Amino acid sequence: MKVAVLKGGRSLERGVSLRSGARVEDALERLGHRVVALDVGADLVKRLEAEAPDVAFVAMHGIGGEDGTAQELLEVLGIPFTGPGAAACARCMDKSQAKHAIREAGLPTPDWFAFSQTAFRELGAADALGRLEGALGFPLVVKPSRGGSSLGVKFAAAAGEVPQALVAAFSYDDRVVLERFVGGRELAVSVLGDEALPIVEAIPERGDSYDFEARYEIGRTRFVCPAELDEAQRAEVAEVALATYRALGCSGFARVDLILGADGPRVLEANAIPGLTDTSLLPQAAEAAGMSFERLVERILELALEPAVA
Amino acid sequence: MSEVPPPPHRRRAHTSTRDLERYAGLFAERTTVMRSSAMRDLMAITARPEVISLAGGLPDTSTFPPKSFAAQMTRIAQESAAEALQYGPTEGFEETKDCIVEVMGAEGMLVDPHDVIVTTGGQQAIDLICKTLVDPGDVVICEAPTYPGAVPVFCSYQAEVIQVECDQDGMLVDELELLLERLRGEGRRPKFVYSVPSFQNPAGVTMSLPRRRRLVELARLHELLVIEDNPYGLLRYGGEPLPPLYQLDGGDFVVYVGTFSKILSPGIRLGWAVAPPPVMEKIVLGKQAADLCTSTLTQYFVREYFAEGRWRQYVADLVELYRERRDTMLAALAEHFPAAATWTEPQGGLFIWATLPEYIDTGDLLAKALRADVAFVPGQAAYIDERGRNSMRLNFSGVTESEIREGVRRIGAVISEQVELYRALTGEEAAPARAADPDGADVLPFRKAGGGSA
Repeated sequence: MKVAVLKGGRSLERGVSLRSGARVEDALERLGHRVVALDVGADLVKRLEAEAPDVAFVAMHGIGGEDGTAQELLEVLGIPFTGPGAAACARCMDKSQAKHAIREAGLPTPDWFAFSQTAFRELGAADALGRLEGALGFPLVVKPSRGGSSLGVKFAAAAGEVPQALVAAFSYDDRVVLERFVGGRELAVSVLGDEALPIVEAIPERGDSYDFEARYEIGRTRFVCPAELDEAQRAEVAEVALATYRALGCSGFARVDLILGADGPRVLEANAIPGLTDTSLLPQAAEAAGMSFERLVERILELALEPAVA
Repeated sequence: MSEVPPPPHRRRAHTSTRDLERYAGLFAERTTVMRSSAMRDLMAITARPEVISLAGGLPDTSTFPPKSFAAQMTRIAQESAAEALQYGPTEGFEETKDCIVEVMGAEGMLVDPHDVIVTTGGQQAIDLICKTLVDPGDVVICEAPTYPGAVPVFCSYQAEVIQVECDQDGMLVDELELLLERLRGEGRRPKFVYSVPSFQNPAGVTMSLPRRRRLVELARLHELLVIEDNPYGLLRYGGEPLPPLYQLDGGDFVVYVGTFSKILSPGIRLGWAVAPPPVMEKIVLGKQAADLCTSTLTQYFVREYFAEGRWRQYVADLVELYRERRDTMLAALAEHFPAAATWTEPQGGLFIWATLPEYIDTGDLLAKALRADVAFVPGQAAYIDERGRNSMRLNFSGVTESEIREGVRRIGAVISEQVELYRALTGEEAAPARAADPDGADVLPFRKAGGGSA
């Protein structure tokens, strides 16, 4: 089969995407497919038309590749592709939209408010900050609504820290989410097809739970898979993750990140195209389920080529 | 013409998580010092062709005449091919050292060629000095901010790095003195003080003569070494030349690091160190273990180039070019950066250091800047700790004047947006990064409020 691997692009997560893409290309070649590697740029449509692949493997992360943009083009060109469709990608990418969809489906997610830059610049939203801080309490988490790899995510321990955290988050997106902080165990559930893979737990090594960058540094965070959970907890977490996946309209695969606190699991976000590098969580979860990386890639391709469920 | 097929190559099987863990068990303790990968990825995007990058530290090698390059390489091939392709002595060729003595002489330094070792760039000199002097846990002192490329070297030898702040006149030597007293009280003896006294990377500041004298005195008094890294000394665009630390000290307690990178080419990877004989002996042994000798071919190239006698003129040409670029950048900063920002006005070198209001994290700002296709180095890279988060390093040597103007305009626009946003959020007028002082003698903005020297 001729497979186009879409990677790179202009997103801030270009580096991770190139690593994911290279690893996928290698696996596809081992599986005997013909691989066309495409570093996504202005010539994407022309190159896809010229190459006419049987299927596209989307290994892009962040804005441009994970937000439905590339998926929309692939839908127009009639090329089947891996992972969720354009609408689901757009929903997952935008944390504010995703959280609305999750809550409307009756699933638990921490309280939040979302604001655009315009609200602050033109509508005086700053005057409402005091109220929403009262509603969410401290510490609270400020995130760019669309972003990945924890870039621009900040804690604010007190009201005085909120403006600075907002300035940081607005560096990445014109919309930000202020979210109630929920303490607990950090879990990631990778979903493949309609099946939850073994759960990964991220354990900060030195009490760095307020430092989001630590999560991406080898040696500062330990990942345990499968996470040590009792059967009831495991089942509940997996069920919430699967329900989130469905509520967001995902297909193929996705990764749902949750916090397991005293009141049970709370969904933080879903990643439509989780990383596929050698330290990424989806491949770790697949491995714990007894799937080699090649088998994982093959399965993702199969799911892309399955007839669409209406 | 027959076509040669590309050589077959192996594609390695994937490493699984278990493999990673298996290798991780083999890694040395010193490899654990790693920076955030997310930030590394951000820096990777600065290489996109449409990005105006003021993040580099590159000299402009396009000014080197290709004809002259070709003539020198031809002469080497015709007259000394066998020797130029052979190994050379670990400490470097005598002829290379003669060129080094000439370069140092141009800044007023008198050097015994026996005290000189030719290294693979100045970077290797820093590495070899650490290899010779630093045991895990040893204290090493440097400036705040310091050359970002030195940080990983210090860390890889597991030094405990302490940074002493700077102002417009370089390292605050009084603070260094207090630090040395404190360390002495604790029974700890730092191994060396690393400094870039002239046109510092990244801050662009130059250490004043009184401070130079005091630093050298302190080194004698405490019997510790000063590592003087002087890549830019000859690239002065204004003001009076100052004597290097090496000259002031006579080479007893100052180990000197030099390079051809900024006056000729970084691609030839040719630098040097000058050290007192007992230290040099160990450095030579370290060099032997590291790479036997520095490239013979490029040493021959430098020899030919110096024999031609044009090197001073070439440096003078570079000074003209870089002075204009510096002036262009200073003018662009004044035009496009908001009032709440400040910056240094370097008398030489390659860099300007800008400081923004405290609430702007330049790591995050870089993400926004990249959307406007412009890049800089976030200040945090020049600190061991969390300081410098509201600073940035800007390079003016490796970019054209129109790129400088446009790049600074774009950065200024994204900063202004953040300043306005902060104002909308707090209702406050942004406090300037420092109180204006007409004498320019105050502590530079890279001092964070309440931040100490150690």
